[in-house]
Amino acid sequence: MKRFWIGVLILIVVCLAGFAVYAWKPAIDPIEPPQRTSFDQALIEKGAVLASVGNCTACHTKPGGKSFAGGLAVPTPFGTIYSTNITPDPKTGIGRWSEAAFSRAMREGVERDGDHLYPAFPFDHFTLVSDEDNKALYAYLMTRHAVESRPPANELTFPLNLRFVLAGWKLLFFHKGAYREDTAQSAEWNRGAYLVEGLGHCGACHTPRNALGAERKGAHLAGGEAEGWDAFALDRSSSAPVPWTHDSLDAYLRQGWHADHGVANGPMAEVTGNLGRLPDSDMSAIATYLISRMSEPTPERAAAAEDIRKKLSIDQGGTPIPASATTGSPTSRGGAIYQAACATCHDGSRPQPFGGIDFHLSSTIAAREPQNAINVVLFGLPATSGRESPIMPGFAATLTDDQVADLLGYLRETYAQKPAWADAKTKIADTRSGKYRVSVGPSDGIERSPDNVGAKD
Amino acid sequence: MLKLNVNGTSHDVDVDPATPLLYVLRNDLKLNGAKFGCGLGQCGACTVMVDGKAVFSCLTPAMLVEGREIKTVEGLGTIDAPGPMQKAFIEQQAAQCGYCIAGMMMRAQALLEAKPDAADADIRQALEPNLCRCGTHMRILRAVARARDLMQGKSADNMAPAAATGRG
Ligand code: FES
Ligand code: FES
Repeated sequence: MKRFWIGVLILIVVCLAGFAVYAWKPAIDPIEPPQRTSFDQALIEKGAVLASVGNCTACHTKPGGKSFAGGLAVPTPFGTIYSTNITPDPKTGIGRWSEAAFSRAMREGVERDGDHLYPAFPFDHFTLVSDEDNKALYAYLMTRHAVESRPPANELTFPLNLRFVLAGWKLLFFHKGAYREDTAQSAEWNRGAYLVEGLGHCGACHTPRNALGAERKGAHLAGGEAEGWDAFALDRSSSAPVPWTHDSLDAYLRQGWHADHGVANGPMAEVTGNLGRLPDSDMSAIATYLISRMSEPTPERAAAAEDIRKKLSIDQGGTPIPASATTGSPTSRGGAIYQAACATCHDGSRPQPFGGIDFHLSSTIAAREPQNAINVVLFGLPATSGRESPIMPGFAATLTDDQVADLLGYLRETYAQKPAWADAKTKIADTRSGKYRVSVGPSDGIERSPDNVGAKD
Repeated sequence: MLKLNVNGTSHDVDVDPATPLLYVLRNDLKLNGAKFGCGLGQCGACTVMVDGKAVFSCLTPAMLVEGREIKTVEGLGTIDAPGPMQKAFIEQQAAQCGYCIAGMMMRAQALLEAKPDAADADIRQALEPNLCRCGTHMRILRAVARARDLMQGKSADNMAPAAATGRG
């Protein structure tokens, strides 16, 4: 028996030692910050486009702050993580990182000094990025304005505040590796897959996560959550009433809206704002790949979409005005609110994106969860600074929680022909009170108005 | 028949319940301070307060605000006895054509009631939804900062810098 326990002990020690070896990453020597002239201009420009695919600015820029200087609070179920400064500042940024250190961070999620990075930085996707692209990204970031700014310390619960614990997370969920071509698919499809699954890290928001915050492998792109918004499913369970096509997806991602689907809002607005910079071929490749994930719509879905199209071509005048928002059934009260407050834009003559979407087409109204509908009704869509943009006023100050619930119930039943969301009321209250945190930005996302008005760079 | 409480007075108005509050204020109650600019919630000329919060009255169906406290620019003071917000706008001559001003004052009032010591940056941010096509923004911002100081009982000598800088 004694021998057995000694054996167990040895096993534990060996395992711990093994884990320590696995967890320990060496520091990579700091370098003298490279001169701007040491980078090729074409490489920097390539890096700029790649950085928009990666949407780097969204997390690494604090609203109103300097680009890439970090400090944005990223709430997670485990506490708050603050994004890092990725400007070439030698003290507080990545100015002393060599290209090798940068590539290792992308490939393995390890800092220059050997610390493990939190998966809020989506290295589980970035591991697919090619050396060539990392080189360009490095050139781009190392030639930005250096900003001296140290982000606040992360606020995480024990034991997650200990970085070596992340090695365990990686052991369980992280697969390091470059992108592997699927030879059965076209070159365009492969290009799309490389961008979507790698640098684009679409799954970081659009895939649900498990209790430990890792993307659930069996539910790839089946719909997730980001900054208080539901990121809709990009697989066959897509809630879009008119199924996405290659062309509608291509146009939506490029311009931030499409007549069949409406305007990008929440964190997606930043994404589409950034993607507009991509070359046509890459945009088309992304659409090709994502459409293949959604697969052909079933005959029933296609027929339902046809019905909607027919309805939209006839239905011009809207439904008759119901009498009162205070009496009658919830649905009739909701209908009264819709007619009085929403129909001017949502059933008007102005086309999108400046007019509102007809709710027959809205993924938000057809979605499983009411969260996005709640966010839009309460907070609207703020205007973009300095140029024309879609805009919607928020109704938080006008509508009570009950009125929002009535309105949503009406929209569900009338436009999606689905029963009202069961848990809407609590969610409305929590969203309004801030208990459930939602980030609200303008439709291009990039300016993060109004904080950023007058930003210096 | 709807019962509306405007500037502390209760009114019975005989309107279609879906009528925008703005129309009721202007047409039925003859309170013409709030203006019609766009009717779409995009300009802020129609801004009034409901239960202390700034709302676009053009997009607020009257039936939704029954029994709630509605305040318009007429409720901030009178010509003879202007309230601090109005006084500050007059002092700073913060109007060109004046069309946007009632809305500006109401949104600013809502901010200062919620946050009496609002910083200049807060004022700038809060007024963001309201447009002024004459471009008097800088004076408007100064006027609101001045109103904040007046409401806090500060005299002209210890005003905040933004309000103290000259006209122009
Ligand atoms: S008239 Fe109401 S916002 Fe323009
Ligand atoms: S003063 Fe004319 S619109 Fe503002």
